[in-house]
Amino acid sequence: MRPLTLRRLLLQCSMLAVILFVVVVIALKFGAVPVSLYALGRDLLRVVFGQSSQISSDYGLIVVNIRLPRILLGITVGASLSVAGTSFQALLRNPLADPYVLGVSMGASLGSILALIAEPHLTISPLFAALLTPLGAFLGAAATITAVYFLGRREGQIDSATLLLGGVIISSFLSAIIMFLMNTLSGNLRGLSFWLMGDLSTPLQKSAYWFLGIGFLLATGAIYTTAADLNMLLAGEKEAMHLGVDVPRVRLVVYIAASVLTGLAVSVSGAIGYVGLIVPHVMRFIFGSDHRTLLPTAALGGAIALVFADTLARTVVAPTEVSVGAVTAVVGAPLFIYLLRRRLP
Amino acid sequence: MSSGSALARNPAESARLASEVRLSVEQVSYAYSANPTQAPLFTVEATSFQARRGEIVAILGPNASGKSTLLKLISGALAPLSGRILLNGFVIHTLTPRTRAQRIAVVQQESPLLFPARAWEFVLQGRHAHGHSLRFESEEDVLIANNALAQVGAAELSDRWMDQISGGEKQRVILARALAQQPLLLLLDEPTLHLDIAAQIGLLDALRRLAAENRYTVVVVTHELNLAAEYADQVVLMQRGRCLRVGPPANIYQRELLEQVFQTPLSVEFGSSGRPRVTVLPGT
Repeated sequence: MRPLTLRRLLLQCSMLAVILFVVVVIALKFGAVPVSLYALGRDLLRVVFGQSSQISSDYGLIVVNIRLPRILLGITVGASLSVAGTSFQALLRNPLADPYVLGVSMGASLGSILALIAEPHLTISPLFAALLTPLGAFLGAAATITAVYFLGRREGQIDSATLLLGGVIISSFLSAIIMFLMNTLSGNLRGLSFWLMGDLSTPLQKSAYWFLGIGFLLATGAIYTTAADLNMLLAGEKEAMHLGVDVPRVRLVVYIAASVLTGLAVSVSGAIGYVGLIVPHVMRFIFGSDHRTLLPTAALGGAIALVFADTLARTVVAPTEVSVGAVTAVVGAPLFIYLLRRRLP
Repeated sequence: MSSGSALARNPAESARLASEVRLSVEQVSYAYSANPTQAPLFTVEATSFQARRGEIVAILGPNASGKSTLLKLISGALAPLSGRILLNGFVIHTLTPRTRAQRIAVVQQESPLLFPARAWEFVLQGRHAHGHSLRFESEEDVLIANNALAQVGAAELSDRWMDQISGGEKQRVILARALAQQPLLLLLDEPTLHLDIAAQIGLLDALRRLAAENRYTVVVVTHELNLAAEYADQVVLMQRGRCLRVGPPANIYQRELLEQVFQTPLSVEFGSSGRPRVTVLPGT
């Protein structure tokens, strides 16, 4: 018997944190403009010590003002999607669940777009206007997961195949509405490929990074308080209840928090697929299926995966870029098929 | 165990006996219908019985007799339509899931795990209700879980994966998880369903030993006439949602009654142990 200890958990997380650091350095170095590791280290130290004004070279500005924010965005979005995917998989008892496959990301995209359309017509303070898009994304995500949940229920039980099919259908329905809106309306709605495929190239205002980071920590913390309960839920809701899990409370907390995570991620990066599906499986394979380990390692793994994928998206066809969602889909979809063949009877 | 009635004239003695009653099912009924305008899909009519510490009660009946529903009512998963069920004086369905799990362990027909887990991880889950949700398992939890595995003779399965052991082994690990909950009341739903005869006997011997050693009250749902006769102190006989009889097997096992309930010709003999044995007579 080797029960989980805090020490082992921290060890596993710091291992992944080291990998994340290496990936971040690679992501800073590579791009359309090559930067030497020396210049990179020097400029980063200047940022850390608050001497950004001393960064003189154009290269340094590219690294600090363009690549670094984009990497921070990739870390938060990747971690959010991965934690949301882990939660959906446990709660829906479906190894193929993730925000993208279930249509939740599309719901968040549509919610964001509707918020962007509504924003100019509303007379609200600028602070609240900035929150309107993530709020719309959250509501879109929450509404979609509710719809998919009820679609996938048959005689009080969640049916795996019906659930996934329901998610796919809702997803294609929502993307059709998005295309319709984009084709008929003009304005500051970003591109169609942003909402359907996702990318990390749109820079945010400084305050948005704080909002994103704090939202991620709060929602992930809320899910983490149910980590042990999610372990019991792997054997079904009835079993979990008999082991002392307050199933309705856990369901509510996790659905809301996972919708917040998906909403936040989609409102800043569009619908990036497969990160929330593949990363939890990889982490489960390495570290086991205890959610007290799985949630933090999936967060770090999601960050690693998305920063890496985004580096590929920036460099593979440089000097132009592909959507990071195209990279994750090219890698993720075959893995999805592999899991589908292996898991579903 | 039922020899106390002669002593009950002494008030102190009868109070002691009353405190021995751990589970008390009082006029409990239930009805379920998919929508309110339709006739109920299944019902349980007013049922009463009591069980003491260390006693094994078998809820016996053919398919669709309401025995599993009765077990769900006792487990607190369903709230009764009328009547109440007390465990040590507390109304079961009003307890929180956590408090319930500290007092009642349920062994259900096995449900598959979504992701693989080792037997020891599975058994440690029985300690969940006793700790804080974020706390890591203590050495005491590990000790209790190891003991539970040893008690069902499954210590050597500890490091095996749950999806790579046989049905009988799995059933023992599931029982070990229930023991790790350190319950007052142990509920089992058709625990012998997918087991071969040796594994059935092994499981029920273990149950009888555990009920005696740990003073659990055990309620087991079954349609196996002879296993109930052999192992139960009390039998609750159910048919189409009605509780027909409650009592020790010797009083319940009458040929006409069982033939009518199970809709098949059979014969009842009493062996040297005083426990009845049923033989089903096919083709008559």
